[in-house]
Amino acid sequence: MALTGLTGSRVRERRLAASISQADLARAVGISASYLNLIEHNRRRISDAVLAKLATVLGVEPAILAEGAAGGAAQDVRAAAVLGGGSTPELDRMDEFLGRFPGWADLVAEQYRRIGHLERMVAALNDRISHDPHLSLALHEVLSAVSSVRSTAAILAETEDIDPDWRARFHGNLHVDSERLAIGAEVLVAYLDGSEQEADTGAAAPQEELEAWLAEHDWHFDALEVGGGGPEAMARGVAGLASAAARVLAQDWLVQAAHDAKALPLAAFEAALAKDPQGGDPLRLAQAFGCDVLTVFRRLAFRKRAKEGLVICDGAGALTVRKPVEGFTLPRHDAACPLWPLYSALSRPSQPVAALVEMPGLTRRHFYVRAHCSVTYPQGFGGPELRTAAMLIAKHSVPKTDEAFVPVGSSCRICARKGCVARREPSIIAQAV
Amino acid sequence: MGQCDGILTAGAEGMIVAEKEGCAMTGRHVLLIEDEPNIAEAIRFILSRDGWQVSTYGGGLAAVAQVQALCPDVLVLDVMLPGQSGHDILAELRAMPDFAHLPVLMLTAKGQGRDREMAMQGGANMFMAKPFSNAEIVAAVRSLGAGTNLKGAV
Repeated sequence: MALTGLTGSRVRERRLAASISQADLARAVGISASYLNLIEHNRRRISDAVLAKLATVLGVEPAILAEGAAGGAAQDVRAAAVLGGGSTPELDRMDEFLGRFPGWADLVAEQYRRIGHLERMVAALNDRISHDPHLSLALHEVLSAVSSVRSTAAILAETEDIDPDWRARFHGNLHVDSERLAIGAEVLVAYLDGSEQEADTGAAAPQEELEAWLAEHDWHFDALEVGGGGPEAMARGVAGLASAAARVLAQDWLVQAAHDAKALPLAAFEAALAKDPQGGDPLRLAQAFGCDVLTVFRRLAFRKRAKEGLVICDGAGALTVRKPVEGFTLPRHDAACPLWPLYSALSRPSQPVAALVEMPGLTRRHFYVRAHCSVTYPQGFGGPELRTAAMLIAKHSVPKTDEAFVPVGSSCRICARKGCVARREPSIIAQAV
Repeated sequence: MGQCDGILTAGAEGMIVAEKEGCAMTGRHVLLIEDEPNIAEAIRFILSRDGWQVSTYGGGLAAVAQVQALCPDVLVLDVMLPGQSGHDILAELRAMPDFAHLPVLMLTAKGQGRDREMAMQGGANMFMAKPFSNAEIVAAVRSLGAGTNLKGAV
């Protein structure tokens, strides 16, 4: 398998960096030195168990040994390489590049991300200018008034023998149009002021900005518990977000979290969690507290030091909340994997969906996920149906042989899974390998 | 052109001012379709002083009927009109044998790009972005009028 190709080289590299002899490392992980030598020269596949032991002794994540810098940098460098532009990077030597020049690799990755942000920003600004009806209307107003003023003023200035009645009429027109022009200019200035504020946030999508802020606080605010200061106490933090759109998202998030804290008061919730033999079954908790299942999902994922990840999507499947959990790569911009149980739940409101899923990669990562979809009708019988689905993601040990799991991915673009029936587009990883 | 025989004193928007008898080709009759009354008034003034007979109409909806009724020698057509856009009006006119070759000057407040392209593809003879100068309008209408005469002579 192509991805395994250089695992041995990485083991060797890490071993030499740590100044451990082959014999010592072999002894520490319980294999023979000659076998380790074969591994280091990429001539033997490494079992998950040996890989895990090697990783422990070398003090690195197994995933990093298995896939090189499997994290964001590697993916982004790979994506940058595939885009390529005019150049033809040596894809077959990417691991070497990542390993030998981690700083440069980070720079390439960072620039790739930055270019993506900038492209989105340009597209957004373009959209704004060409499709914004307010801007069109404001410009049309100003241009019309200017046309009239220009034409009328020229007539008054250049027609020496103008009839007094006409002159009075044109003066009147000038007055009206200058008023119109003043209002039009004000509208334009207000508009441009607004877009300037948003322009400096263009570097990050509002949702990413919010997520970065929440991640900084470990997705939890004590102030939102009952008796705390509530969302108002967070006003300063919210104000610190660069874009107006991110501030709106943050405000909504805080209000929701405070509402959840009220529905499931901390002490009672923790007591119930401790008592629950299933370690916090969301359906049973929802029943016990008489609240919506998604409220329990959020409370579980956003409680202090919660390990669970959480994704929430709307009826279109767009992810509105992305709390990550290590190893379960969440798509940044693309649509998520259609095989996520989240989407089974979305199509079957109120029915619980639980599954063991496997993320692709050499080190297979498994997660126990529970998904649920709630339907609301904010405008009653006459209004639209709103669906919200959520999926709690918890790390799970390697499944036993008789345990079934669902093979899933992150997003097609960065998913290496071969022969997937749900694939939307080719993977840049498969191409790169 | 049998229907071009009415005498119009007021249009649907109350903007029709000029009168015209029949469809005699004087070569000096301009119809201005423009919804901004002050712009229309200014253009009417400067074109009148240049010796043109000027009719104005301030709406989009019955614009084609106005052209049919007045048979102008030159049409000055705004793009942004209430009811029906200048592009649609032009397309309708170009589909009529009587007006397939009517010289049309299009005016728009959106100076460049798509509107200009659409106007040219739609068969406008000239295009002018607001804000225009009076001299430009006079020159444009004169040259379009001269083109008509030339065509008529051939």
